[in-house]
Amino acid sequence: MSSHSLEAVSAARWRVALSLTVAMMAVYFGFVLLVAFNKPLLGTVVARGLSLGMLLGALVILVAWALTWIYIRWANTHYDASLRGLRSTGRAQGEPVRHAQGEGR
Amino acid sequence: MTSLGEPNALAITFFILFIASSLGITIWASRKTTTTDHFYAAGRSVTALQNGLALAGDYMSAASFLGIAGLVAVSGFDGLIYSIGWLVGWPVVMFLIAEPLRNLGRYTFADVLAARLRQTPIRIAASIGALAVITFYLIAQMVGAGNLIRLLFGLPYEAAVVIVGAVMLAYVLFGGMLATTWVQIVKAVLLLGGATLLAGLVLARFSFNPLALFAEASDMYGAEVLSPGRLVTDPIDAVSLGLALMLGTAGLPHILMRFYTVRDAKTARTSVGYATAFIGFFYLLTFVLGFGAMVIIGREAITAVDAGGNMAAPLLAEGVGGTPFLGFISAVAFATILAVVAGLTLSGAATLSHDLWVSVFRGDKADQREQLVVARSATVLLAIVSILLGITFKGQNVAYMVGLAFAIAASANFPALVLSIFWRGLTTRGAQFSMISGTVSALVLIFLSPTIQVDVLGNADAWFPLRNPGIVSISLSFAVAIGVSLMWPAASEAKRFDELERQLHLGVEHVD
Repeated sequence: MSSHSLEAVSAARWRVALSLTVAMMAVYFGFVLLVAFNKPLLGTVVARGLSLGMLLGALVILVAWALTWIYIRWANTHYDASLRGLRSTGRAQGEPVRHAQGEGR
Repeated sequence: MTSLGEPNALAITFFILFIASSLGITIWASRKTTTTDHFYAAGRSVTALQNGLALAGDYMSAASFLGIAGLVAVSGFDGLIYSIGWLVGWPVVMFLIAEPLRNLGRYTFADVLAARLRQTPIRIAASIGALAVITFYLIAQMVGAGNLIRLLFGLPYEAAVVIVGAVMLAYVLFGGMLATTWVQIVKAVLLLGGATLLAGLVLARFSFNPLALFAEASDMYGAEVLSPGRLVTDPIDAVSLGLALMLGTAGLPHILMRFYTVRDAKTARTSVGYATAFIGFFYLLTFVLGFGAMVIIGREAITAVDAGGNMAAPLLAEGVGGTPFLGFISAVAFATILAVVAGLTLSGAATLSHDLWVSVFRGDKADQREQLVVARSATVLLAIVSILLGITFKGQNVAYMVGLAFAIAASANFPALVLSIFWRGLTTRGAQFSMISGTVSALVLIFLSPTIQVDVLGNADAWFPLRNPGIVSISLSFAVAIGVSLMWPAASEAKRFDELERQLHLGVEHVD
């Protein structure tokens, strides 16, 4: 199986997508579970005017940004390159090309 | 003390300027809107940055701007749980949904399911879920609009609802997706700019140190404003709300529809990146706006104007920028509602005409002219229905309606959509039962929850203990989809999944 086969591209895409989704859910539900089960801990003041809860909450937003950025970086470099390979091999092997059904220009 | 509730000449001027410029956009867009591709998908001409702003515009509704600022001003930290929950849905949309959705569908998320499953039963089930979400979301926006205009401009509630309905109808009817997109973009820029300016004016009083502001809030109202409090009392309820907020985003029909307005999947991907950046920035601002209102205006003054605290942001604008800034922020808040209502109506019209009329009743045999006539008739129908619902539900609590819409979206649409993209074994029957059981269980459990039974109906007890049904209804919907599909497998549908795998990654390939 070449690295540009549909199966390989598909498997790589879902591996990255699922890992990042699991990471996002772990971070977010970690935060939610702390809100649910350990309120006093989140109420700890880490600096004047800043509780641990607010710090972690802002960090969840930053993590969401970071994971989104990681995905875009990965997709723009690796995924798009694999898709280009896939497109050319598909043509070379004479796979049927599906026609656009009313696709816009 | 405050000029809220009196006709504010500047607010009305800003508002008329917004309406006039957006109707100008509509006239421009109407010249281009001649086919269904234009009406539903803006001719696939929207760029990544434009779509990112439009997604942010569609998402940052009055619930985000007025609701969260008010919630933080009144309850402190607890309001931030909503800010965070509503943002983390976006990475999920990015990783799991955006690109396959763009590659497999044409106008609605139901297209993705219909591409690999039997079209008729799937579209009917998907339409029921989509219309339930849209209806509750619309009610929340209309009720919010009515109250807001009554408070801000001194107009009667009913008149306000009719004005919103009529202006929105003009955008969607004549300008379709192109006008709706540009209205969202203008509104998103105004909202982000207005909120940034407001936060800047607040922080200027604390030498641009947010911690000094939070410290002042904790000195005035006690350290507990910075820690989790009474809003989330039950742990399971907290997780349930978290699930609905996170997964609901990936099931909102009007958000999913935006991915069809761009050229290809790569542009869709980039646009989610922009949207996540804008929305995250906006939600970080809500930390400052909420605590700013708490400190500068004071909790008592905020709840005196509106018990739910919804007027915290406009009051804060008046406090730091005087009547002119109040006028500007009020007009921005109104533009926000108007734009979201337009986006919702358009996705409702696409469901009624594209999914139900053209695909189910006419078996894909309707020509462009007929499709456009049906789409525009559906728009008029939805505008009338939303005006009537807005008037009927006068005085209802807006927040629970939006929560309801998210819970239904997460239970009805998300499981079937994500499984249809990921899982070869999903069958028509599995998806159909999942969407129906998700919609029905979410609706029934909300009706039996303390939110309706205790808060609205005034009963002493509720049959269902949780305020948000997410944890039960989302799990049920997934379990039904997987269970039914395994019980009655369909080999031909699994084969169809393999056939579509190439299109899922590469999109519809043109012959050059």
